Amino acid sequence: MRKVAVAGIGFTKVGEPWERNVKELFAEAALGALKDAAHTEVEHLYVANMMGAHLQGQIGMGAMMAEAIGRPGLPAVRIEAGQASGGVAFHEGVKAVASGMSDWVLVGGVEKMSDLLPEAVATALVGAEDQEYTAYTGVTKTGLSAILHRLYSHEYGASPEEIGWFAARSHDNAVGVTHAQYPFKLSIERVMTSPMEADPIRMMECAAVADGAAAVLLGPADKVANGIEVAASTVATDHLSLAARKNPLTLIAVKKAADKAYEIAKTKPKDIDVLEVTDDTTIDGVLSLEDLGFAEKGKGAKMVAQGHTTRTGEIPTNNFGGLKARGNPIGATGLYQIAETVMQLRGEAGANQVPDAKIGMAQSMAGVGSTCSVAILRRV
Amino acid sequence: MSVPRYWREEKPRYRLMGEECAKCGAKYYPKTPVCACGSTEFKPYKLAEMGKLKSWTVIRNAPVGYERFTPYVVALIELDDGVQILSQVVDVEPEAVKVGMKVEYAFRKVTEDGQAGLLQYGYKFRPVVD
Ligand SMILES: [Zn+2]
Repeated sequence: MRKVAVAGIGFTKVGEPWERNVKELFAEAALGALKDAAHTEVEHLYVANMMGAHLQGQIGMGAMMAEAIGRPGLPAVRIEAGQASGGVAFHEGVKAVASGMSDWVLVGGVEKMSDLLPEAVATALVGAEDQEYTAYTGVTKTGLSAILHRLYSHEYGASPEEIGWFAARSHDNAVGVTHAQYPFKLSIERVMTSPMEADPIRMMECAAVADGAAAVLLGPADKVANGIEVAASTVATDHLSLAARKNPLTLIAVKKAADKAYEIAKTKPKDIDVLEVTDDTTIDGVLSLEDLGFAEKGKGAKMVAQGHTTRTGEIPTNNFGGLKARGNPIGATGLYQIAETVMQLRGEAGANQVPDAKIGMAQSMAGVGSTCSVAILRRV
Repeated sequence: MSVPRYWREEKPRYRLMGEECAKCGAKYYPKTPVCACGSTEFKPYKLAEMGKLKSWTVIRNAPVGYERFTPYVVALIELDDGVQILSQVVDVEPEAVKVGMKVEYAFRKVTEDGQAGLLQYGYKFRPVVD
């Protein structure tokens, strides 16, 4: 297998740009990645998208986006792995380059959620669950996280406020971030007094509806000058339904993907300088921190509340606001995480820079952990 | 929702019918083509109708088709035979729901598929009244 590097990154500002369609969003990010890499050759295109079929009635996004970036004819395919589509598409791109089958692979993700009303978006999001026995109960993605939230408090004695801190910490890091959906602070008081969304999860603990696109250009490490090396890229899955999991508070897919990534990259959690995790809700972020190996089981919420995940803490996490504040345009999210990790490792994160960041990790997760991808990137 | 899609899940949903692996005895609800032990031989298995709540949430912003039921409780339930199931819990105010609460199977309308669509029935759970 060849070593793979990230040659360029691009993304749009996350928001609700009603005047722009999926093609325009995707093209901005993809062309941005090519420009950043100062490279024009592309041999293969992967398009990460979860909900186009629900939200725009659109599939076939491979051909559509190849054309949208001015390259009709390019081999192209859409990758869907629920909310982990972005991270999984990245993994597919890495495989294509590592195998030697392609040299230059563009991986872009896009989601446009603002086209539909909230109940339709909730239906699309719960599309990644078993339709006949999970979605059938009327539960939402947030509701499934809420079931874990209550179980977590019950098992480990964490207070709702300790868990709620995850949202406040993410917002702290979004201040001044030009591509963030909500680039402002959110106090823990405001989090904890916001209305219930799915008890015990409050509205300000959840990522909101967002539109956005992000892309990376991958190439062979020996042909990319000043590239950021992909030290590991892994994917794992778990039982789709929470009910089928013996211990729902351990996200097996996260653990498996992380353990394998550490092994491949010959690193340990203590070697990671910057981290991007999936905080679609606060508890998703807490459980991810634990199962990625950064906190003991049951101690993750306390760790966040006490400030150990801030820019100057033990493990700087969600350094541009995470899903909560940078925003969560689902299919693009995993690629925003990669792009942001690259910015940190290049030393181009401006006011958000974690000093001398050498190794970064990005974790993309579907639902409540049915699919998880982990990437470890390294400055060489 | 097509009629066959509804019909083929009728037995599991109306009667809590799952399957049990003929080799290792693992119980599945819903049924699965291949057991974790590798076996593809299964026997019908009727789930316990009583259980207790492991955790729950209150859905306040519902997906399409469930809007008029809000707020409603969805719980992770451990049945008396050890099988876990996700289900709505009805006949109780959300404020009165507790971890460990005993619940039993109830047959109810679950959703309406559009104005002129299919009425879907199936399992919900309700508190056991002593
Ligand atoms: Zn078996």
